Amino acid sequence: MILIIDMCYKRESLSKNEFVDPVVDIVSCKKSYIVKHFLELKEEDIFRAEKIILCGTALKDNEFMNHIEKFYWIRDTEKYILGICAGMEVISLVFGGKLRKETEIGMREINVRIDDPLFEGRKNFSAYELHNYSVDKLDQFLILAESENSIQAIRHREKKIYGLMFHPEVRNKKIISTFVDL
Amino acid sequence: MRLGVLFSGGKDSCFACYRAMKKEKVVCLISLISENEESYMFHTPNISLTDVQAEAMDLPIITHETEGEKETELKDLREAIMTAKRRYRIDGIVTGAIDSVYQSSRIQRICNDLDLWCFNPLWQIDQLKLLRELISEGFRVIITGVFAYPFNEKWLGRDIDKKTVKELEDLRIKYRISPSGEGGEIETFVYDAPIFKRRIEITKAKRIYSRYSGIYKIEGVRYVEK
Repeated sequence: MILIIDMCYKRESLSKNEFVDPVVDIVSCKKSYIVKHFLELKEEDIFRAEKIILCGTALKDNEFMNHIEKFYWIRDTEKYILGICAGMEVISLVFGGKLRKETEIGMREINVRIDDPLFEGRKNFSAYELHNYSVDKLDQFLILAESENSIQAIRHREKKIYGLMFHPEVRNKKIISTFVDL
Repeated sequence: MRLGVLFSGGKDSCFACYRAMKKEKVVCLISLISENEESYMFHTPNISLTDVQAEAMDLPIITHETEGEKETELKDLREAIMTAKRRYRIDGIVTGAIDSVYQSSRIQRICNDLDLWCFNPLWQIDQLKLLRELISEGFRVIITGVFAYPFNEKWLGRDIDKKTVKELEDLRIKYRISPSGEGGEIETFVYDAPIFKRRIEITKAKRIYSRYSGIYKIEGVRYVEK
């Protein structure tokens, strides 16, 4: 079972159609899943999950940053995690990273620095960006890919935790399917 | 949250408005009237009827004319959104974008510059699922423009019902046509919906068609109480 975490500003928000449903559509072709809003997440949800996906949010939606303590479990779990945009920002923050203002909107070229099964051998590809912040380099993480202006993909050096700054549910759906199959 | 909906009168912006109304407060519609029939951003057939639809929905509408040239229409869109922000104190914009990153990223940038939320409640939705949901939720939609092979004149003015959806599904398989017309193959007009207080009846229309391209020009309408 895949746990899909809704990171939007409130439960059942208007943004859910945009940031959670597209991920659900991809995952549901492969595995069973449950969707939980980050404010209603319980320990047993994490325990029961095979893999976990933290979805993105709207450009103006940074509500999740006011509840960063709700995500400290990420540091302790051994499960596969994929953080998309806001999800990657949260991953960075719980591991002591900092965010910096960096707006990217629209399609950007992504250059792969370290090969990973998620990229299936691609050296570069185009991806859809929608963010006002980017993450800085973190010692615990490898930088897998970058755009001209920001870090685009990270993987924890020891844990099975990934972060993607671009939105793979747009134009790069295969990355999410591959993650589900890892 | 007080929201303005970018409204073309077609099924996507109307359904986006419906979804937005379920979660937040929609306070106005915003329409750009493009003089360019091949507008890069905005759907054109029967766009002048958006005020009729707004009245059927009991919502105020801001209409803003644009020459429809590639980048000036973005400037016009920005001005229309600024008007909505000033006049109706909106906190955000809703669009009916499904898959166009060209359209969506430009609107996202305008909203970001104006410190407004941007919602795309149909983003990445499966297009057949959207059509089926429209029908089951009680939307009444006709095809008002066809712009690709193999659409003939008979498609113009046709209702989107279960039979139409099945045929569009077959066309997707055979000709790779986007079933909901996201690729610009078809344009639509909503004449009734759960968010309409009154239904719109088309009393006069004509078909203008030539070689797989045509429009269903609505020339007369009246309201029917529901």
